[in-house]
Order: sequence, then C-alpha cells, then structure tokens
Amino acid sequence: MELRKNYFADVRKDDLHEIGQPRPRSDSPGHVTGKTAFFADRNFPGMLHLKMVRSPHHHARIRSIDTSEAEKHPGVVKVLTAKDVPHNVYTILILIQIGPEDETVLADGKVRWKGEAVVAVLAETERAAQEAAAKVKVDYEVLPAVFDMEEALKPGAPLVNEYHGQNYYLYDSGACRKVRFGDVEAGFAGADHILEQSYQSSPIEHAPTETTGCVVMPEGNDRFTCYTNTQAMFFTLDNTSIILQMPGSKLHFVGGTVGGGFGGKVDVIVEPIAILGAKLTGRPVSFIYSREEEMQISSPRAAEKVVIKDGVMKDGRIIARKVTGYTDAGAYSRHSPYGAQKGAGHYPGPYTIPNVWIDTYCVYTNRTPSSAMRGFGVTIGDFALEVQMDKLARLIGMDPLEFRFINAYRDGDMKAHRQPTEGAALIECMQEASRAANWPVAEKYMAMSSYKNGA
Amino acid sequence: MAKVPVQFTLNGSEEAEFIDSGTTLLNALRDKIGDTSPKGGCHQGTCGACSVIIDGELRLSCLTLAETCSGAAITTLSGLSESGVLHPLQRAFLDTFATQCGFCTPGMIIAAKVLLDHTPNPSRDEVVEALSGNICRCTGYEPIIQAVLTAARANSQNAA
Repeated sequence: MELRKNYFADVRKDDLHEIGQPRPRSDSPGHVTGKTAFFADRNFPGMLHLKMVRSPHHHARIRSIDTSEAEKHPGVVKVLTAKDVPHNVYTILILIQIGPEDETVLADGKVRWKGEAVVAVLAETERAAQEAAAKVKVDYEVLPAVFDMEEALKPGAPLVNEYHGQNYYLYDSGACRKVRFGDVEAGFAGADHILEQSYQSSPIEHAPTETTGCVVMPEGNDRFTCYTNTQAMFFTLDNTSIILQMPGSKLHFVGGTVGGGFGGKVDVIVEPIAILGAKLTGRPVSFIYSREEEMQISSPRAAEKVVIKDGVMKDGRIIARKVTGYTDAGAYSRHSPYGAQKGAGHYPGPYTIPNVWIDTYCVYTNRTPSSAMRGFGVTIGDFALEVQMDKLARLIGMDPLEFRFINAYRDGDMKAHRQPTEGAALIECMQEASRAANWPVAEKYMAMSSYKNGA
Repeated sequence: MAKVPVQFTLNGSEEAEFIDSGTTLLNALRDKIGDTSPKGGCHQGTCGACSVIIDGELRLSCLTLAETCSGAAITTLSGLSESGVLHPLQRAFLDTFATQCGFCTPGMIIAAKVLLDHTPNPSRDEVVEALSGNICRCTGYEPIIQAVLTAARANSQNAA
C-alpha cells in the first residue's frame, strides 16, 4: 500500500524504522512473573471490608432505615448512611460544568434503580460485613418505574430523577442535541427513494476479569492513600474531594494498573465511600465488587435506539438524512449526556450529505445507570448507519461498496456540524479494502482520491 | 471463629499458618502468606485467574479450602522463574505479546504449564482445550495460544 507522503508533510520526518520491529511492553515483565501490583494485592493489617446494602426495587421511596441489628453484629465496626456523606449528591461531569448534581453516594429518601447503594457496612471480615448487611432493615414504598425510553418521554410517565425534573437531559439547545444542515424536508421531497428504519441495542457489560474496587490506607500524616483501579484518576480524585469536602492535598491516589477496563471503570463509585469509611474508623478499608456486583451494578454501555430516515437518488447520492437518537442513561447522568452529544455529531457518518437533521436525547429510566464503554455514543450509531447503508444500496440496486464511494466524505467537504473535512482517507481505505477482500469495484472508484481535484 | 493450622509447600518453601476454618486457598495464599500472584476475578470457579498447581494437578484456588491442602505441594506463578531466569512460558508470553491488562496471565501460564508438563508438544486444539477454563477479556486469546505453542517449541528444541 502506498503511503500518502503528502499528508502531514510539514511535520513528518519519514525516518520511520520502528514499524515491524517488536518492542517489549514495559508492563509485561510484571505480568508474566506475577509481580504487577493490582490494587487488591495491597493488604494491610487491621483492614476492614466494606459491603453495600442495595435496593431490591427499581423505584421506591425509603420510609425508614434501621441499622441497629447490623451494628450489633459481631465484627461490625461502622455502618454508614446518607447523613454521613458530607456532599452526598454529585455528578461526575460537574468538573466540566455539566450539571445538575443528580446522583446520591448513598440513597437519601429514594432509590431510582435496582441495585442502588443505600447503606455501607464496614466489618473486620468480608463475611461479617455481608452478614451484617443482610440485617439492615429498609422500609420501602415501591413506586411505578419506567424502563423504556419512549415511554419515559411520554407525558405522565413516572419521574425518574427529581434533580432533572423531566426524564431527559436538558441541554442548552433544549430537550435534545440538535444538528441542522441544509433543508432536510426539501431533500426528501426531491429524493427518488425514502428509507426509514429503526435500530435498537441492549445494555452491554464490559465484564473485566478484575472487578471494580479500591483499598484505602489512612496515613499518619492525616492523608489517605487510595489504591484504585479507576480508569479516570483525576476525575475520581476531584470528585472525591467534592463528595468528602476534603482538599485534594489530603488524597493520594495510586493507580494506573487496571485489570481490564474498557470504559467500565471511569465512574466515581467505590473510592469516596471507602475513603470516608477509612476516615471515620481510622482503619484501612477494602471495597471490592463481587463478580455479581460487577455484572449487575457497574455501569453498562447504554441501550440505544436510532431512527434513521434517508432520501437517496437512483444514482447513489444520499441527499437527505434525518436521525433521532435515544441514549438510555438509566437513573443518573454519569457520562451519558456526553455520549448522546457525541452521537449527534457522528450520525451523518463519514459521508457527505447536503441536508441533515439530527436530534439526540439522553433519557432517564429506572435502569442501571449507563456510562462509558469503548466508543460510547458512536459504536451503536455506526452499527445502525452501516446497516442502513447496506439497505440503501440494496434499495437502489447498487454494490454496497460502490455506494459508499459515491457518498464518502472528501477533503474540503463541509460536515453537518460545520467542521470542514480535512485529512480524509476513507476512499483510500476502501480502495485497499476492496483489494484485500477481493471485492472489486468499478475502475472509476479505484481512481478516486480524498482530494477532490485528484491531486 | 476457630483457627485451624495448615502446613504445605509453596513453590518449594515450607509454609505454616493458622487460618479461619473455611478460608479458601486463594485467600490464604494472598492474605495470609502474601503470594498475590493468583488473582480473584470471580471467587466462584468460572474465570480461572486463581489457578494453581496442587500436587501436579491444575486447581482453582478460589474453590479449594486451604485446610484440605495440608501436606500438599503447591505451585503458583511466582514460583515459576528460577534465580531470576524466566520459565519458557513466561518468556513466550513476553515475546509474543500475550499479556494486555495482565490479570488473567497468572492463571493462563499456570494452566499452560500443567498442559506442557503432561503434553510437551500439544496441538493447537489441545492448547485451546487446556486454556478453556481461563477467561481473558483483552487479547482475544490468539496471542496466548501462540505463546503456549511457542514455549512448547522452545522446550522441544532445548530437549533435542
């Protein structure tokens, strides 16, 4: 394959000699000898184990919490409820001014999803913590719950999260993120064919082999060392500082070794409560998700629904695209308002379409809060878009790869969200794919270039 | 809770501990003896990260009670290299990029060692079968299979 030497010519030295040469990974010697220190490999004398009492209901008011029996259980050192958390209502992205704060560290008066943390029990052994957690009595008044995004957006649906006041994230652009480009209705009116399709996905769990957790050591200098497998060290440090109302200088986070993350360890979930436990007991604290918690409690990739309506010409040009995207945030925002926004920018795909209309909604339901996972906000969208592309090609009787050549974006094309295309290489990639996959296309497509003038 | 004594050989060294009755071998090794090379990924016998060798047999330490191991000879990943020289499997995992996050690696190498101890020149299918109790979420398994086959070849060349 010919390397396009004119790309980034001013910053390229072209003294490349690393490709094809194996270079050892710096972390691998530790992995193959068992010396790599994962967070749970830290063990301190007198360490307490934290277990969480979780909501058995999807949506309920908490009438009362009785921890007296749990506190009397042998080995129990401390039982924490919402009133113990200095700043109990938080949201991760408040650090970049994406509010409102909408999630409780420990449930206060209400639970909004099945599995939500209600009471934290700290005990001498894991077993004692587990047994005591089972003795916490929570009196719930079960409320109607909503699990479907379109149901949640209907008038009269149960309100999931009072901090938002409606079952969608309110962007500065309104109820959804919007992209408007050209005149989509005029495009449909002039199209030879219209194809409207709906695509849906379920939540997906990352299932890392190492479960989420942290080990906290209260140090003699009044600081707390937190060994954690977070993928978002500074998000976690700063949010912990807010939640515990504790200066960041008191917090020493040690991490970077993650036993599989895939985006599933970017939320701020275990560290604040474990550090609070260490602060209130003066003892080291270990809070490690069980495998069941990892699968049921940790954030999955959001369920999504994508409705795509395309206007296409017989000659293969897509002249109008209207997309409505729904991202199921579950009960709390976490990273989903950002994911839904990414979708809005992404839905035209790597194609140049003159008339585009996009609305993406970040919707609240009584499901497990979703968050980051490998390309969240675009991966499901890509599935929907490329299936749609194949269907459109079939509709007009065109080869699906040639259909993509006709619509591929090229340098200088304006994208729907007003970012001019530069450094495009889609055509060259497809030419290479055509050869590699032995899927021939007409010679005129093999002669195309991402440069419109063919330079 | 009543403590019970356990005594076994770990990677050639005599170990003796008093443990709570019912403690798994995984927790005894990690929390009492301080060998953290076996990992706890599920604590229910499904992921294989806790794999160890007990008297020559591949075992899941999360499903093995420590008190049943008295008198046994136990091998973990941390006992594989001798005097700082990597075991051929460790070398092969390193050279063929068979580790990513590293969490499944201890169990993978231990399971592979038991295979090669019994079957020095395994077929690819035999490698796949031997690793079928070990979950990796990063690599897609192919580099791990290649590492085991590479180590087997290195062994047979050394023996020749």
